[in-house]
Amino acid sequence: MLYSPVPMHIPDGFLSTLVAVVLWVVSAIAVAYALRRVGKDLGERQVPLMGVLAAAIFAGQMLNFSVTGGTSGHLVGAALATILLGPWAAVIVLTSVVSIQALIFQDGGLLALGANLFNMALVGVTVSYFVYTSLQKLARGRSWGIFAGGFAAAWLSVVVASLACALELAISGTSPANISVPAMGGIHMLIGIGEGLITVGALAFLYAARRDLFRVGEATPKGGAAVWTFGLGIAILLAVLSPLASAHPDGLEWVAEQKGFLDIARGPLYEIIPDYTFPGISNTALATIVAGILGTLLVFGVALAVAFIRRKRPTT
Amino acid sequence: MHVHFLDPYRPRTSPIHALDARIKFVLTAAFILTVSLTPVAAWSVYILLFALILSVEILSGLGIGYVLKRALLALPFVLAALPVIFTLKGTALFTISLGSWTLTASLEGLERFVSVVLKSWLSVQAAIVMASSTPFPELLQAMRAVGIPRLLVGMFGLMWRYLFVLVDEALRLMRARAARSGQSAGAGKRLALSGAEGSGGSVAWRARVAGGMAGNLFLRAFERSDRIYVAMLSRGYDGEVRTLPLVPLTSRGWLTLAAGLFLLLLLLLFGILFWG
Repeated sequence: MLYSPVPMHIPDGFLSTLVAVVLWVVSAIAVAYALRRVGKDLGERQVPLMGVLAAAIFAGQMLNFSVTGGTSGHLVGAALATILLGPWAAVIVLTSVVSIQALIFQDGGLLALGANLFNMALVGVTVSYFVYTSLQKLARGRSWGIFAGGFAAAWLSVVVASLACALELAISGTSPANISVPAMGGIHMLIGIGEGLITVGALAFLYAARRDLFRVGEATPKGGAAVWTFGLGIAILLAVLSPLASAHPDGLEWVAEQKGFLDIARGPLYEIIPDYTFPGISNTALATIVAGILGTLLVFGVALAVAFIRRKRPTT
Repeated sequence: MHVHFLDPYRPRTSPIHALDARIKFVLTAAFILTVSLTPVAAWSVYILLFALILSVEILSGLGIGYVLKRALLALPFVLAALPVIFTLKGTALFTISLGSWTLTASLEGLERFVSVVLKSWLSVQAAIVMASSTPFPELLQAMRAVGIPRLLVGMFGLMWRYLFVLVDEALRLMRARAARSGQSAGAGKRLALSGAEGSGGSVAWRARVAGGMAGNLFLRAFERSDRIYVAMLSRGYDGEVRTLPLVPLTSRGWLTLAAGLFLLLLLLLFGILFWG
C-alpha cells in the first residue's frame, strides 16, 4: 500500500547487466558531485537537513487523493524538492529516498538502483529545474510563474523520467521500444497530472505560509552552468538512444509485417513529426540521431537565450 | 510511534541473522549480479539459484511463505515485459486473434519473458532476506564498509531515524483530513452544495487539499531539521559523521564470504558455458 505510488521503480532482472552497470556508474558520479556541491552550500547542516527532508519526501509519497473509481493521485516529489531546495540538494534527497526504498522495501532492485537513481533523482530533478527556472524567468517574478512552473516541472519530470525508464527497458531487450515508450509515456502523462496538482497545492500552501522558502531554490547561480550542461547531456543521450532503440528490428514491426500494416503500426512518439531526418545522411538511424541532437541544441539555445535576456533585465 | 510495520526486520536466532552484515550485503549483491548475468533460458542454473536462495530462506527461519509473499511485490512490473513474447522473432508457438490484430507468440519471446520474470523473482527474494534478517544500523555499517560515502550513509541513518516520525505525521494529517471529510468526492460535493467551498469537491480541489498536506509536512520537516541541527550542535556536532571503527571480519566470516562467492561464480560459469 505504501509502496510504489508510480510504477517507475525498475525491479532487478528487467535490465541487462550492461545497462544497469553503466547507469550505476553515471549515477554514482553525479551523486558524488552533488554531495560535494551541497556540502559546500550547506556545510555541517547538510546531514540533518537532507536526512529529515528525505524522510519527509518518503512520508509525503503516502499522501494521496482519490481521482475516480478507486484510482488515486500521488506525489513523487522530485519537482517539489527541486523548487524548494535547489537541484543539488534535491538530487541528494531523492537519492536517499530511492535508495532506502530499494534497500528496505524492495521497491526497485539493487542492481537496477543505478537506473532508478538516474531516472528519478537525476532526470527528474534536471527536468524539474530546467522547466521551473525557465518558466520562472518568463514570469519575471510574478507569482503565476511559481505555480505554472511548478505544475509543468512536476508533470514533465514524471513523464520524462518514465520515458527514460521505458528506453532503458527497450535497450535491455525486455520490452519493445515501440510499445513501452508510448505505453509508459501515456500512463505517466495521466499520473503526472496528479503529481502536478499536488505540487501546485503544496506550493500554494508554502507560498502563503513561508514565502521566504522560495528563494532557496533560486539561490543557485553558481550551479547553474553545471546543471544546464548536465541537462543538455541527458537530453542528447535520450535523443541518441530513442532512435537506436526503435531501429532495433524486433517489436511490433514483426507483427506488422505479418499482417502487412507496417505503416499503421509504426507509431513511437518521436515519429509524430514526418521527415524527422536529416538530409544528406543515408543511414536513417544516424540521420534521426543527428536531427535529434540538433533539435536538442536548438531547444537549449532558445531556453538559454530567454534565460540570459531575463537575467540581464533586473541588473540594468 | 505505531508505524513499526514499516520496518522489515524480523528478529530471529538463525545463522543468517548472526552472519556479519557486510558479508550478507556483499553476497546479496553478488547473488543479484549472478542472476542478472545468467543467460536467458539457462533453466538448470535458475533452479540451482532458486535452491540456493530457498535454503538460505529456510536457514533464516523467516518462513518461506513470508518471503514468497513479499516477493510478489515486484510482480506488477511483469506487465512491462509481457509484449516481448509476441514481438521477438523466432519459432512461432501460437497465435491469438484480437479483432483485426493477430499476435503470434514466439518460443524465443516466451523464453525471454519467463527468464526476466524468474530473474526478478530470485533477485527480490535475496533482497528480502537481507532486509528482513539485518537490523538497519548494521546495514549502514555494511554500506560504510563497501565504500559508500560516509556523508550519504549518515543521511540514510538520519532518514531512517525520522522516517517513522514523519510517516506518523503523514498518517495524522490523513486522519485529520478524513475527519474533516476532505477525502471523498461525495463529501466535497456536499460542501459545494452548501456553498462552503465555491468549486469544492472537484478533483482539483481534492488535489489541492492533498497538496496542502504535502506542503505542511514539508514545512514541519524543514523546521524539525532546524531543531535537530541545533540539538546536534549542542552535543558537539561539527559536520563530521563519526562512527565506531569497523570490527575486522573473523576468519570464519572470510571463509563464508569466499565460499559464497565461489559457489556463485561456479553457477555463473556453468550457465555461461552451457547456455551462453
